[in-house]
Amino acid sequence: MKVFEKGKMVPVPSTSIIPERDLGKPPVLECVHLGIEFGGLKAVDDFNLTVGKTEIAGLIGPNGAGKTTVFNLLTKVYTPTHGTIMLDGHDTTGKSTVQISKMGIARTFQNIRLFNNMTVEENVRVGLHNRIKYSTAEGIFRLPRFWTHEKEFHERAMELLSIFDMQDMANIKAGNLPYGAQRRLEIVRALATNPKLLLLDEPAAGMNPNETAELMENIVKIRDSFKIAVLLIEHDMKLVMGICEGICVLNFGRIIAKGTAEEIQNNPEVIKAYLGNNSMEE
Amino acid sequence: MIVFLSHLINGLSLGSVYAIIALGYTMVYGIAKMLNFAHGDVIMVGGYISYILMFNLGMPWWVALLAAMLVCTLLGVLIEGFAYRPLRAAPSLAVLITAIGVSYLLQNSALLIWKSNPKSYPSIIEGSLMLIKGETASDSLSVTYISLMTVGACVIIMVGLTLFTSNTKMGKAMRACSEDKGAAQLMGINVNKTISVTFAIGSALAAVAGVLMCSSYPTLSPTTGSMPGIKAFTAAVFGGIGSIPGAFLGGLLIGLIESFAKAYVSTQLANTIVFAVLIIVLLIRPAGLLGKYVPEKV
Ligand SMILES: Nc1ncnc2c1ncn2[C@@H]1O[C@H](COP(=O)(O)OP(=O)(O)O)[C@@H](O)[C@H]1O
Ligand SMILES: [Mg+2]
Repeated sequence: MKVFEKGKMVPVPSTSIIPERDLGKPPVLECVHLGIEFGGLKAVDDFNLTVGKTEIAGLIGPNGAGKTTVFNLLTKVYTPTHGTIMLDGHDTTGKSTVQISKMGIARTFQNIRLFNNMTVEENVRVGLHNRIKYSTAEGIFRLPRFWTHEKEFHERAMELLSIFDMQDMANIKAGNLPYGAQRRLEIVRALATNPKLLLLDEPAAGMNPNETAELMENIVKIRDSFKIAVLLIEHDMKLVMGICEGICVLNFGRIIAKGTAEEIQNNPEVIKAYLGNNSMEE
Repeated sequence: MIVFLSHLINGLSLGSVYAIIALGYTMVYGIAKMLNFAHGDVIMVGGYISYILMFNLGMPWWVALLAAMLVCTLLGVLIEGFAYRPLRAAPSLAVLITAIGVSYLLQNSALLIWKSNPKSYPSIIEGSLMLIKGETASDSLSVTYISLMTVGACVIIMVGLTLFTSNTKMGKAMRACSEDKGAAQLMGINVNKTISVTFAIGSALAAVAGVLMCSSYPTLSPTTGSMPGIKAFTAAVFGGIGSIPGAFLGGLLIGLIESFAKAYVSTQLANTIVFAVLIIVLLIRPAGLLGKYVPEKV
């Protein structure tokens, strides 16, 4: 398996880690004292994280640590009870999920949530939704602008699907795809919204080692060609340690460690949190 | 033969009214995943608004129709915004009970404003087209212009809605919302706006149905919308709730069954037969004629 060049980590004062090449550029994401309580239970507490403009960052931790909750906070599925989230320098306080999507965060889901009755291409085109510019009348009467735009969307969808070599699956119902392909399609659909930050919730779950290796390459390829940041939740340590430049470890809703792969692997707090949980082996 | 044909025409005309109402039910169900039991009462409101404009204010029928559509559209959007939107995350039973409450609210408001005595609603278009001219009246077959207009309106609405849902930005948003609102929202689709537009369209259609129905069956009272509402709901379930072609087919079939049952079996039993057919169809095809049976995800 190909080993990726990791960006050299440079600690900056806010205890954050961003790749050297992203220094001097505003970070894509800054969470400050972010938190949420569910009826007294602090599911996420004092979460501080900075993600560089083209960083691949990892969010790991035992089950129930609050990782998915962080994604739900970032996408405003849940409204934070504490703290702020800055996206590309803009405060997202009070923004809705739809506005966050337009501002540049896209995500996949731990439990795949594709539009199962739509084809693969249609799923990707939902991601392109806000680029539809033809009017209702142009659509109903199928005027020339409708056709030219639809052709563009078709081409764009195919181009995006080609990232994972999925063009020939374009007309299959998403619900009928094999599991791994469904996970890949979710990533393509998220990319279609033209994000600055891509959130992947356990992208390798249910994939075999070959698929996972390919996915790793493709995540790096996506970052390189789209010049975006990726924040991923993953239990597969080979994937996390292999491609994540900065890693953040969550336990019981709190960050217990932040650092590079090496730093994380040797951190006693992290080892303790994972004790009895064999997923830490590389 | 002539008798049969005339019942066929009646059935198609009645069925078209059911289909137009059923389209509203089915769109709201498909997208908001709720049964808007107040839908039938919006028909009644459309009937009264058009009645007042035409017969009290002397406006032309098309002005009255447009005004009724406008009022019902606003009403639908208001109902959704005030009564249903706050319950978006609530259990479906709570939403259903609220919908029944809204239905009674509309009926009783109509009772206060327009009183209980039924109004006689003259048809918006008089006259009929002679199809077969016989020696006597019973040998001739004619179709009223209002029947032709009803069937025509139904076909145009059905085609228009199909094009709308497949070819427009809003239509595509509706499709995405009908499958997964959360995921749609994360794709940048405004779910609240999409549901509002769905109610707006459904309610505008209810107004059209109200005007056409009152023209064919000329009594208008605060409960006018209830029975056709239930029948149209039946039609939507019959065709496969959530499916636009299903609502169209279901509406026409329910209309035809009712018309033939009245003619050849018994007027009293007609409704019983309609619902008996519904039960049989649902036993054989639980998702309705054109619906897709989607097993509940565990
Ligand atoms: N909507 C909610 N209401 C109450 N508790 C919640 C809610 N969402 C998440 N939690 C709780 O937050 C904790 C973290 O969950 P989650 O973020 O899904 O963990 P994971 O790290 O495995 O993704 C869990 O204890 C869960 O029960
Ligand atoms: Mg999770």
